[in-house]
Amino acid sequence: MKFDAKIPGGPLEQKWDSYKGHLKLVNPANKRKFNLLVVGTGLAGGSAAASLGELGYNVKVFCIQDSPRRAHSIAAQGGINAAKNYQNDGDNIWRLFYDTIKGGDFRGREANTYRLAELSLNIMDQCVAQGVPFARDYGGLLANRSFGGAQVSRTFYARGQTGQQLLLGAYGSLMRQVNAGTVEMFPRREMIDLAIIGGKARGIVCRNLITGEIESYAGDAVLLCTGGYSPVYYLSTNAVNSNATAAWRCYKKGALFSNPCYTQIHPTCIPQEGDHQSKLTLMSESLRNDGRVWVPKKEGDKRRANDIPENERDYFLERKYPSFGNLVPRDIASRNAKEVCDDGRGVNPTGRAVYLDFRDAIERLGKQVIADRYGNLFDMYLNLSGENPYETPMMIYPAPHYTMGGLWVDYNLMSTIPGLHVLGEANFSDHGANRLGASALMQGLADGYFVIPNAIGAYLAGTELPPVSTDDEAFKEAINYVNTKVERLLSIKGSKTVREIHIELGRIMMDKVGMSRDEAGLKETIEKIPKLREEFWQNVNVPGSGDDLNKNLEMAGRLSDFLELGELMARDALMREESCGGHFRDEYQTEEGEALRNDKKFTFVSAWEHKGDDKTPEMHKEELEFDRVTPSQRSYK
Amino acid sequence: MTEKNNITVHLNIWRQKYGEKKGRFVKYSVDGISPHSSFLEMLDLLNESLVKKGEEPVEFDSDCREGICGTCGLVINGIAHSPQQAIATCQLHMRKFKDGETITVEPFRAKPFMPIKDLVIDRGALDRIISKGGYISANAGSAQDANAIPIPKEKADLAMDAAACIGCGACVASCPNASASLFTGAKISQYALLPQGHPEAKRRALMMVEQMDKEGFGNCSNHGECEAVCPKNISIGNIARMRREFFKAVLRSR
Ligand SMILES: Cc1cc2nc3c(=O)[nH]c(=O)nc-3n(C[C@H](O)[C@H](O)[C@H](O)COP(=O)(O)OP(=O)(O)OC[C@H]3O[C@@H](n4cnc5c(N)ncnc54)[C@H](O)[C@@H]3O)c2cc1C
Repeated sequence: MKFDAKIPGGPLEQKWDSYKGHLKLVNPANKRKFNLLVVGTGLAGGSAAASLGELGYNVKVFCIQDSPRRAHSIAAQGGINAAKNYQNDGDNIWRLFYDTIKGGDFRGREANTYRLAELSLNIMDQCVAQGVPFARDYGGLLANRSFGGAQVSRTFYARGQTGQQLLLGAYGSLMRQVNAGTVEMFPRREMIDLAIIGGKARGIVCRNLITGEIESYAGDAVLLCTGGYSPVYYLSTNAVNSNATAAWRCYKKGALFSNPCYTQIHPTCIPQEGDHQSKLTLMSESLRNDGRVWVPKKEGDKRRANDIPENERDYFLERKYPSFGNLVPRDIASRNAKEVCDDGRGVNPTGRAVYLDFRDAIERLGKQVIADRYGNLFDMYLNLSGENPYETPMMIYPAPHYTMGGLWVDYNLMSTIPGLHVLGEANFSDHGANRLGASALMQGLADGYFVIPNAIGAYLAGTELPPVSTDDEAFKEAINYVNTKVERLLSIKGSKTVREIHIELGRIMMDKVGMSRDEAGLKETIEKIPKLREEFWQNVNVPGSGDDLNKNLEMAGRLSDFLELGELMARDALMREESCGGHFRDEYQTEEGEALRNDKKFTFVSAWEHKGDDKTPEMHKEELEFDRVTPSQRSYK
Repeated sequence: MTEKNNITVHLNIWRQKYGEKKGRFVKYSVDGISPHSSFLEMLDLLNESLVKKGEEPVEFDSDCREGICGTCGLVINGIAHSPQQAIATCQLHMRKFKDGETITVEPFRAKPFMPIKDLVIDRGALDRIISKGGYISANAGSAQDANAIPIPKEKADLAMDAAACIGCGACVASCPNASASLFTGAKISQYALLPQGHPEAKRRALMMVEQMDKEGFGNCSNHGECEAVCPKNISIGNIARMRREFFKAVLRSR
């Protein structure tokens, strides 16, 4: 299969500008003649639908939740990056670009990442104009915090609710277009298949989650903004409805899937306790600015945290990384937490947790300062765990949080299926092998507010798009697929619940395709998952009917796709015989136990092609070329 | 953490079939509940046991399960969201209940919130209120530099207090008049407090209030129940600000 990233020529700094200057445009009077289908209303989908409506396109938007305002983006806490340099601390577009590409362990595309850094400026302007109530200093100007180990202070925030406020800004703009009649909103719909006509993405088939009806929508282009796939691990920081179904169906219809093994396991989450949990709440990364991470030096030390004397505590991040200490990037913090727990030094009755201790910060700064900085997070922790972090250290453990992998897209955000565009966390494009804190919100909004409004015009203006209707064979086929699947799921009536099988999948994934991976474990996974899949299709019990609201049925459908995606993740991880970013292979580490890349062999994006249900997928490569930066070994010592 | 601390509760839970006008309370007992689990995780456990028995699970909405998306919302022992203040249903933990306790669980009830199935309701009316002006009309690309307008910190903080609304509808469910004034007032306030919101202030207040009435939400008669159940502590002062904005707008449009 041939595919081309279509990166514009010219020097890195001028690519985006010259790209815009040379785009084909749609005549303003013709825009309303184009029907665009946007799936998802998170930061990516919400901002895209609103902006396309503003331009005059005819837009239909779909989401799973009862309101577009509830997309998973709402839960982002910490902040959004922008290279404004308002703090006069040496930031600029280049630095944000470089931090992002280095943070991604030199496995991202230079041109995309540079564009993202450039657009960060416009995003902030746009969001402030929309009335997003960002934090401000006493002089009335915007406040910043430093975040996720960055050496400059470039993160903008709205208390601990940045995602909520950004999303409500995009949602407001979206509802404004609904009112104006350019956008039509379809909540409680789940896209289950894609309709390809004449080789182009021309429609989607959804299940109406209230009535169970299977609905078809035709259009001139499809924009997939359906988020990430962390719940493949069952427990994650994601919302319970986050899923991979739409992206997975598109993969099976010919879109390439890139870097599925790059997952981010976030170091500061509520530890797993038992099977009662339905998610692992994220405790903001900002806590690492003042909290110190430690475990007892002695194996199996059962004393209470406060009874362990100073000289018997191992502040392992400070010890191993003296210059970054507790602020090392997420992948490094997570892996080290896992290691000390593997050594038997983990805390919590499960042995799978480390302390995050504020004792010294409270002594140094006073309780009030800590309360001002983290009060709401401390309250949240108290409410969740029943323990008071002002008095006893928090217990945290890494949890799956973000997926860098996703559908392959070119510079126009178009997948290998013409007309199918992919935005936000659902694509693979901007973060390489590891995403830096406060960069996902930036990417979602860059894609939606600025990239797609340009790129879509060029696609529509330059493509022959004969009229299509939902009577086309492609729709009938898709409807048939959905109906058959629903019937099949409902008729198995086995003895295991959807959740039980999901927990099993999660265990395999976390154990073998989690924070560290090795050849034997990955091979085992590639054998185990198909067996679990078989068990699912023979022994799952989905109650109720397909004719109305049935959340078990929804979950069963999503799990059936996770059961295939998990295997591809393992294949990708097995293929990548190096360690980079969120992908750590035990066999490939330096003498000090750090990730060891193999630039000679693996400076590429993997792009998997589906070959049929019983066939092994084929991997293609997009070689990465670094014209402006020189890949270096990340060092946070 | 140990299993010996696990508790049992008895539920008196609202069940209503899809498409039917009437529902009823059904009793279930759930045992083996970890006190560390959340209320919704307890309902998950109930549903697992129902599925195992071949019965239909109790449908309820939820998504983020950390109190920010506004998807969940149940009336628990007569109180919207939770007997514990300032949290959403998903943030309520089972350690707040006694072993053997009986708990009544109902959906948010209000005329504009149509029941769908069991505990799931339709809150589309809230989206329609927002569509009439819950935004600032700034097309993508048209903005000036983010720091061009300084905004006093106190104002920005107040705007943020109002903007924290998660749109769950608990204010409506708890109001004897089923008023959406706290919800609408919070949005109108956010933009009334910020200079960016001023050009459209009049239109916004008129249109959003009009839509609120059209949807069949009742009037506010200052009961204050809304503020008491709000998971985000949105102040009733926002309703007063909405009224001021509305009257200013009415006077000016004369
Ligand atoms: C707890 C938490 C905190 C975070 N904090 C930060 C932070 O501080 N800074 C940062 O930069 N990033 C943060 N992130 C990451 C960031 O929030 C996400 O990566 C980002 O919001 C994803 O946006 P999105 O628009 O791509 O997808 P989402 O917001 O996940 O939206 C997906 C949309 O697609 C819809 N959808 C999905 N599948 C279908 C389907 N089949 N049919 C129809 N609709 C569908 C959903 O209904 C939803 O509307 C955080 C993530 C988490 C989990």
